[in-house]
Amino acid sequence: MTDLAPLLENWEPVIGLEVHVQLATASKAFSPSATEFGAPPNSLTDPVVLGLPGTLPTFNRHALELALRLGVATGSKIRARSRFARKHYFYPDLPKGYQISQYDEPLCEDGHVDFLVGGEPRRVRLIRIHLEEDAGKLTHAGATSLVDLNRAGVPLCEVVTGPEIYSADEAAEFMRALNLLVRYLDISEGDMEKGQMRCDANVSVRRRGEDRLGTRAELKNINSFRFVQKAIEHEIARQVRILESGGKIVQETRLWDAAAGQSFPLRSKEEANDYRYFPDPDLPPLTVDGPMMMAVQQSMPELPMAKIARFGRDHGLPIDDARHLAGDRALADWFEAAVRAHGDLKAAKAIANWLLSELLGALNRDGRSIADCPVPPGHLAALVKLVDAGTISGKQAKEVFADVYATGAAPDAVVEQKGLRQISDTGEIERIAAEVIAKNPKQVEQYRAGKESVLGFFVGQVLKASGGKANPQVTSDVVKKLLAGA
Amino acid sequence: MSEVAWLSAAEQARKVRTREVSARELVHTYLDRIAALDGALGAYLLVDAEGALARADAVDAAIARGEDPGPLAGVPVAIKDVLVTEGMTTTAASRILAGWVPPYDGTAVARLRAAGAIVLGKLNCDEFAMGSSNENSAVKPCRNPWDLERVPGGSSGGSAAAVAAALCAASLGTDTGGSIRQPAALCGIVGVKPTYGRVSRWGAIAFASSLDQIGPMARTVEDAALLLETIAGVDPRDATSVDAPVPRYRDALGLGAAGLRIGVPREYFPDALDAEVRAAAERAIAALREAGARIVDVSLPHTRYALPTYYLLAPAEASSNLARYDGVRYGLREGGPAGKASLLDMYRQTRGAGFGAEVKRRIMIGTYALRAGYYDAYYKKAQQVRALIKRDFDEAFAAVDLVIAPTTPTPAFKLGEKSAPIDMYLADVFTLSCNLAGLPGVAVPAGLSSAGLPIGVQLLGRPLDEATALRAAAALERTVGLGRRPPHAP
Amino acid sequence: MAALTREEVEEIAYLARLALSAAEVERMREELSAILAHMDALAEVDTSGVAPMTHAVPMDLRLRPDEPQPSLPTEVALAGGPDPRDGSFQVPHIIKTASEP
Repeated sequence: MTDLAPLLENWEPVIGLEVHVQLATASKAFSPSATEFGAPPNSLTDPVVLGLPGTLPTFNRHALELALRLGVATGSKIRARSRFARKHYFYPDLPKGYQISQYDEPLCEDGHVDFLVGGEPRRVRLIRIHLEEDAGKLTHAGATSLVDLNRAGVPLCEVVTGPEIYSADEAAEFMRALNLLVRYLDISEGDMEKGQMRCDANVSVRRRGEDRLGTRAELKNINSFRFVQKAIEHEIARQVRILESGGKIVQETRLWDAAAGQSFPLRSKEEANDYRYFPDPDLPPLTVDGPMMMAVQQSMPELPMAKIARFGRDHGLPIDDARHLAGDRALADWFEAAVRAHGDLKAAKAIANWLLSELLGALNRDGRSIADCPVPPGHLAALVKLVDAGTISGKQAKEVFADVYATGAAPDAVVEQKGLRQISDTGEIERIAAEVIAKNPKQVEQYRAGKESVLGFFVGQVLKASGGKANPQVTSDVVKKLLAGA
Repeated sequence: MSEVAWLSAAEQARKVRTREVSARELVHTYLDRIAALDGALGAYLLVDAEGALARADAVDAAIARGEDPGPLAGVPVAIKDVLVTEGMTTTAASRILAGWVPPYDGTAVARLRAAGAIVLGKLNCDEFAMGSSNENSAVKPCRNPWDLERVPGGSSGGSAAAVAAALCAASLGTDTGGSIRQPAALCGIVGVKPTYGRVSRWGAIAFASSLDQIGPMARTVEDAALLLETIAGVDPRDATSVDAPVPRYRDALGLGAAGLRIGVPREYFPDALDAEVRAAAERAIAALREAGARIVDVSLPHTRYALPTYYLLAPAEASSNLARYDGVRYGLREGGPAGKASLLDMYRQTRGAGFGAEVKRRIMIGTYALRAGYYDAYYKKAQQVRALIKRDFDEAFAAVDLVIAPTTPTPAFKLGEKSAPIDMYLADVFTLSCNLAGLPGVAVPAGLSSAGLPIGVQLLGRPLDEATALRAAAALERTVGLGRRPPHAP
Repeated sequence: MAALTREEVEEIAYLARLALSAAEVERMREELSAILAHMDALAEVDTSGVAPMTHAVPMDLRLRPDEPQPSLPTEVALAGGPDPRDGSFQVPHIIKTASEP
């Protein structure tokens, strides 16, 4: 991996991203043909998708709703009347010889995405979000290429940032934040490896302190978050090398080749693209009315950044824990259900700890997700209550948890059934402690001579004598008292 | 010979319903006439004798059982080959679609079928509906039944010739810049271009999306009205189809011209207008005046910009609509079996060999007009001028209910006569504005020239007011007729 | 507007993916130049403040409910293509980058 640090002393990367998000609709953007992942080739087509002569597009209402959710969540200005435009180029995965997209009058403009980089808040402006249709898939098969049009016509949102991302790290964080946002909004799974979210990066560099942007190269074919980072770092290094040796950057499109770990320029003829945009005469203007906007506003969930902030503020969670929980809406919801079941906000931190370490650990071990968690949130809340009340020790609680996870039984029931109730009665503990102290005069002398760590020995002995049931904190206090008093 | 073939579609439907005539007899009569006459005319690209007879038998059987198979039951119609017909080869008269069999039916055709009409076959036209003489057909030319040396007009030349020669009861054509009305005028029949959006374009092979309309072509105004009622109406598959009720157009036909205000646009009667065309138009105007209409002078000042506006917009949209013909999924593919030529060669050779000269010309003009840097000066400018052309009509319609004008500058010209593209484009000069403004237009015969060639006039109405145009056309039909049948279609 | 050059005609033909012979290029050059000369008249029209007309009858885009309809059987979808393989349309291999032969 290229070590960029020395290069970055003198050079500042400037990155803009174009992200395509596949919208999770049941039918396609401009035809009622079904959308499904992994179906046999060319089994999800109809005359419109195939671009047969005489066919016409009709626009999917749900695609609009999903796009509006993204627009609202990013604080974008929503255009009341927007237009579809035809974008022309010849390619076998583009049946009509043009893509229905938006050009002059996109649905959304001037939004932003907030996210954290190294714990610090950052905001990247979105120039626009617009609707368009996906192309089919091409695969190479020796001397020929094969065209599968299942994906052709699936609705996409294209999200375009300004050139205001300044490192590969930030770009990867932005992509993760956008991915989280689209999952929160239920508009897409955003799985880069399934092509549900795709990233093209425009990368240029300039000497630090300069205002003007350098010539940029466009990187395509980046299909994972990891490659967002790698491909951009590689490109930064490539450009700096060229410029430092006195060369010039060619404005070109380059394809990232994950296997080779580098990018290659597209053959230039494919690039001479004059898209010849004009408003699509088959589609009258797309209007967004008040009632639809209100419905979208009302359906908005709490967004990730707001949830992270609230978990920190109201639940006292450290930022990493808040991010971890908020990073999965189902997990966050489970957490809050547990806190509600407990009833005391102050227990939130403990609940979070249990959830993030013990529960997720067990789920991961079993290859399960929070969606099929065998422990209802109320049980975790009850467990935490038992520990807080001193009914069981922390150590015992882990044992109880294992049982609860395996059987789904309530913690109280497990404690009763196993007879695990901690002994917290001072009198009882004094009795056992007195016996232990009487049996171990040597350690008593050591303690009195100033070796305070011997206290642990006595506590351990009392716990052992009690079959592990003595409340350690109470035991410690009692032993101290007895040793001081006797 | 075969008098039943000359009955109007409405009359045929009545006789089939009352079992005076069988659907089979009608189909048979037309098949015989096609066999006898179409060799010389070239109107048909495909005749589906078997399918038509089977359909006819089904209709006859249904009627015998006491069922009602629809208002057009048993009426044999034929369809312009730019309209998609399920299971029946559709080629747009182009090499690039030779042999293409569609897996779906266009809406207008489906509605005719649902009304009981029987599709005899597909009709010749200019390739991809681009032309005014049918000479651009990649298959064969079509000839005018009034004079075999002359064109039937275009692009719906086959539709007009077939109706005029009674090779079908009625037909469907398409009109983008005059392609129903102009051939209707040159062949002496009735043709209707509906308001843009009145008839669904689902299944109409697109030429210029913001201008194309499907419409009926028939020997009588009543037939045109009957067919229009059947095919018009909103279609969820066409986002540009208008959601407005479809009137019973036939009800308007008997109302007469009394009380109508009819505008005569001075720009359509230039000094250089052919004397016989002028005379026919003036006779028609006089007839309407006598029937009680008030004739008003109007002006449509942007008329002379209609030609450059149309010949920028239509090719631009065409260049886009024809981008899908690339040899990948259907139609012609040149460049050898997959793997022999490069992809680029496959595209270029397929489209180079598959499209005719006029289609290529229009694709080139359109591509040029849409290029980055040219869009504002050409396409956008043309859309603005188009708005002004529409505004002219809006202002005229404040004072009149209809505009009347000649349909074509001359009667039918000879095959091969107009070799320069621009000369051919000028044949449309009277019909273009109607498409640009999206208005309905009815072409109706207005007499014969001294050489025995039909001359037509057209009535242009307000948006969605086909009824008034049909009403005036019917009034004209009653007083101004052709008086005889084409010599080459006895 | 000046007449088109041969290079411009070839450029447009490339954009439109039309193979034209040298003779066709020259004929096209003449014909298109003549046709485009007629368009110059549009420049003289005062269109300031005029909104471009995009639809004859003003309307808003109707929205289709998100209900999938049956797809075409794959054989039917592929029926028009000349050389289907593995359920796919087949085209000449597309070479995209310098890394490929």
